Amino acid sequence: MGGLPAGHCERDEHDYELWEKRVDALMMLLSAKDRDLLKVDELRRNIEDLGARAYDAMGYYERWMHAITQTLIQRGVLTIDEIGRKLAEIEAKSDGGDR
Amino acid sequence: MAAIAEAAKFAVGERVRVRRSDPPGHLRTPWYCRGHVGTIERICGAFANPEELAYNRSGLPAQPLYRVRFRSVDLWQDYRGNAADVVEIEIFQHWLEPA
Repeated sequence: MGGLPAGHCERDEHDYELWEKRVDALMMLLSAKDRDLLKVDELRRNIEDLGARAYDAMGYYERWMHAITQTLIQRGVLTIDEIGRKLAEIEAKSDGGDR
Repeated sequence: MAAIAEAAKFAVGERVRVRRSDPPGHLRTPWYCRGHVGTIERICGAFANPEELAYNRSGLPAQPLYRVRFRSVDLWQDYRGNAADVVEIEIFQHWLEPA
């Protein structure tokens, strides 16, 4: 990034996990012109706002998910309490292994 | 291309300097070209300003976008590649001033 030293670059195609495909679909649905609940520029700004440490620690779609969440809070689409309650509900149902 | 656009100030072949500026937010002008002089290679059109779109504002009037050609040896003092190598970067008009 930005001409800074980086590690090895994996150049082979790989399969995407179901949750990654869902994040991609969510981004497409939210940014569709007729909805306009998220602009790609907002996504990028929120990814940049992660800071270097979090940026490096997260995977590609984890960054997207973080940025989508931030944008929906900033736009007033979701409240923080709604997100907190939903996350708790999902965690309670989950056995911890399945995403 | 957006309907309300600012007029293009620079012509193909003109020399321009990228402004040295570092405001907060989502900036699409790479750090390594700021302060450097290049040549207008083409005018790409006019587009809503992504710095404003990143905060869900209109970004209008649209800013002319230029492809600017830099000599690699001008961007990086320690560049050891071919002296004829160039880098082309798409830069919005508000980042450019006459050189």
